[in-house]
Amino acid sequence: MFKQNIDFLGKRKIALVFSSLLIVVSITSFVVNGMKLGIDFTGGTLVEVGYQQAADLTVLRAALDKDGFADATVQNFGTTKDVLIRIKPREGVSNAALSSKILQVVNANSSEPATIRRVEFVGPQVGDELTEDGGLALLYAMFGILLYIAWRFEYKFSLGSVAALVHDVIITLGFFSVLQMEFDLTVLAAVLAVIGYSLNDTIVVYDRIRENFRTLRKDEPQNIMNVSLNQTLSRTLMTSITTALVLLALALLGGEIIHNFAIALLIGVGIGTYSSIYVASPIVLALGITQEDLMIPVVEGSDIDYLP
Amino acid sequence: MQNRFPLWKNFIILIVLVVGVIYALPNLYGNDPSVQLSSSTTKKLQQTKADEIEASLESTQLKIKAFEFEDGKILARFFNTTDQLKAADFLRESVGRNITVALNLAPATPDWLRALGASPMYLGLDLRGGVHFLLEVDMDAAIKQAEDRYNSDIRSALRAAKIRYQSISKENGTIKIKLKTEETKQATMDILDEDFRELTVRETDESTVLLVSISENEQAEIKKFALAQNMTTLRNRVNEIGVAEPVVQQQGDSRIVVQLPGIQDTTEAKNILGKTATLEYRLVDVEHDVQRAVDGRTPIGSRLYYEKDGSPILLKRRVIVTGDQVVDASSGFDQQGSSAVFITLNGVGAKKMGDMTHKNIGKPMAVVFVEYKSEIRWVKGKKIRHKEKIEKVISVATIRDSFSKRFQTTGLDNPQEARNLALMLRAGALAAPVDIVEERTVGPSLGQDNINKGLMSVVVGFSLVLVFMAVYYKVFGLVANIALAFNLIVIVAVLSLLQATLTLPGIAGIVLTVGMAVDANVLIFERIKEEIKIGNTPQSSIFTGYEKAFVTILDANVTTLLVALVLFGFGTGPIKGFAVTLSIGILVSLFTAIWGTRMLINWFYGNRHVDKLSV
Repeated sequence: MFKQNIDFLGKRKIALVFSSLLIVVSITSFVVNGMKLGIDFTGGTLVEVGYQQAADLTVLRAALDKDGFADATVQNFGTTKDVLIRIKPREGVSNAALSSKILQVVNANSSEPATIRRVEFVGPQVGDELTEDGGLALLYAMFGILLYIAWRFEYKFSLGSVAALVHDVIITLGFFSVLQMEFDLTVLAAVLAVIGYSLNDTIVVYDRIRENFRTLRKDEPQNIMNVSLNQTLSRTLMTSITTALVLLALALLGGEIIHNFAIALLIGVGIGTYSSIYVASPIVLALGITQEDLMIPVVEGSDIDYLP
Repeated sequence: MQNRFPLWKNFIILIVLVVGVIYALPNLYGNDPSVQLSSSTTKKLQQTKADEIEASLESTQLKIKAFEFEDGKILARFFNTTDQLKAADFLRESVGRNITVALNLAPATPDWLRALGASPMYLGLDLRGGVHFLLEVDMDAAIKQAEDRYNSDIRSALRAAKIRYQSISKENGTIKIKLKTEETKQATMDILDEDFRELTVRETDESTVLLVSISENEQAEIKKFALAQNMTTLRNRVNEIGVAEPVVQQQGDSRIVVQLPGIQDTTEAKNILGKTATLEYRLVDVEHDVQRAVDGRTPIGSRLYYEKDGSPILLKRRVIVTGDQVVDASSGFDQQGSSAVFITLNGVGAKKMGDMTHKNIGKPMAVVFVEYKSEIRWVKGKKIRHKEKIEKVISVATIRDSFSKRFQTTGLDNPQEARNLALMLRAGALAAPVDIVEERTVGPSLGQDNINKGLMSVVVGFSLVLVFMAVYYKVFGLVANIALAFNLIVIVAVLSLLQATLTLPGIAGIVLTVGMAVDANVLIFERIKEEIKIGNTPQSSIFTGYEKAFVTILDANVTTLLVALVLFGFGTGPIKGFAVTLSIGILVSLFTAIWGTRMLINWFYGNRHVDKLSV
């Protein structure tokens, strides 16, 4: 099904330009647009209400404005019958009482009673902590991976895989920044899952490179790597397709709340597949991998008593 | 013999499958919307009361699916939420105040499965609807309260020892004692050493000044105590709201998570969680006739109260001590072996109590539970808010000896009552103020929406993968599909056995696992294809394909597991749920994708002559 003799590494300069471009765009967007952080990180109050008929947003906005919630953003959520109201965190006001107050205003100004679908309030300190914990989680995950791969393979591989991960994370975040899609806790979880997935992909490729370095002794590193990439290509694509299929189902049918989660993963899976071929391997090559690096007699399978 | 599993391997796989099916099964039966009734006092509900309630429910014409009475609790199951809500409103109006009526989603697991200990996954708040609060205990306030307490305790201790001081004041975190003369300094230090071991005493350049501060150990103790006490208080209060399966959990050093499934009115919940209650110790007025007071002629200086059993009792108006002065309370037994509650008062309370009891040995004293409560009552299906002061005499006991700081209250009926009293004394008021720092409410309609959408995406995503695999890998694809179904069953079974909470991100985790679980099989099958291509026989291609792919699969999955662990360690609530399902999914998929498919492939191709593999 897939052509088996593609010169992947020969095109690594084009890939370098492409990846650099995406990263520059992402970073520029962080600086210019920033991330549209959800209340999980910024703190604040969010009220989602549902109506039987399409809701009149202008009436609601005016009512909230009049009652001292001028900073409220009011928008439809998913359907025209659902309304999402957001308020920024306030100093010196009992934040917990805020959501009740908003509900009062909403109900006093609607022709029919709104049903509460969701109320979320996150205190500013909780938001700050989450941002910190989220960043830490990313760092720790990267560090753990660095160590594991250095142990199982070699440090050049571990640098290559982590570079690929940083690449994937920056571009996935960049996508959210460019399109100004909301970044909340579930999207953070998705980004972390992207790390897991992209790594999975990279490891499979690395594993084959290691194997081929040991068996196809008399060859240039670049050729060995190309052969390895070609050998694992159909697996890489198959797995990406099946994963993308379920993610599409999640994005289209899973509802508004996990929509962004699925989108983040979908982008991540795409970028992760690309990076395991065009980022992770070229870096190992650029770092000057030699056969000797992998010739250290790691007795394979000796610590594994399973024989299929 | 290549490609044959020993009998024991087949056996293990089949056992896992059977066990998996059994424990996954309860999830198919879903939940019944139901109403749970339990006693709000220590007395359990009786069979006669249950029969009475059943009869009254039946008279409402609501369709009842089942009516169960077990262990003093009633569970009435309904066919839909409309009937459930109607029944709950009806019951709240009719059963009286001593019975708590709570909405519940009861698993509709058949008896034979329940006998095996199988029960469905617990649905998270985002799926069943309800409210989640994160409360932060104000630790600074707790420390300040302790400082105030020590301040007054030191004053009374010095006064008792007849040591004269010029001033005792609080100065940023320390208590400054200024004595009149230098001679009393040593005596003061001795007292502090003896009675206030938890305090650190420092001398200063000024010969008459001592600085006292709460030691770090003691500060940590105070914080721990404040958190523990607030949790007890909150747990008690949550029980009063009438919630089935509430969660009150510590999070970090100073936070408490409160989850109330099924609660929609968060204003009401917030009122109750922040409620103030206290205790009062009063002498019983034995000089006057209670009956006359009941008839409306209460003597001056006394007030009419009612005991738990409803009998009237006359108490002195003057309060000896209040619950604010209780530092600690615990239950146990006195020298005679009868149940008792041990109470520790602060300095002011101890002094008052000492004076009062000294003068009144042999007379009865009462403990009154006072509560300012804003309560919602259901009258004809409408809510009416009441603000009232509720006073209950929870115990009357005879003063046997004079006592002050530490004392015991006896005359309690049984250890259970003693425990409850101690608990109430501790939990009567919050040890330190709490702030709501996070609130998440999910309405029931959104919860049901989430369940439907989650299920739908699982079904569609799963089917897409099945079709794709079958088309691309033919016979091997079908084998992988069976393993995938097996994988899903075992994941659900493990989550059910662990009684994990299923959340929307958790469902997403399962869906993602399904997508990634095929990866192991894809790796194996691609290897087999390669082996065939380089001219190996079908049988040995299968053998080496599985063997060579194994190391790759292991490496790839360990790293993903690593990420899942980090997610679990750093995440809160929903992210944790996602991490748990992801890790379980990875582990299970290793088993099903390697052993499970191998067994099927062996059955299909093993031990016979094969010309061509359908891969």
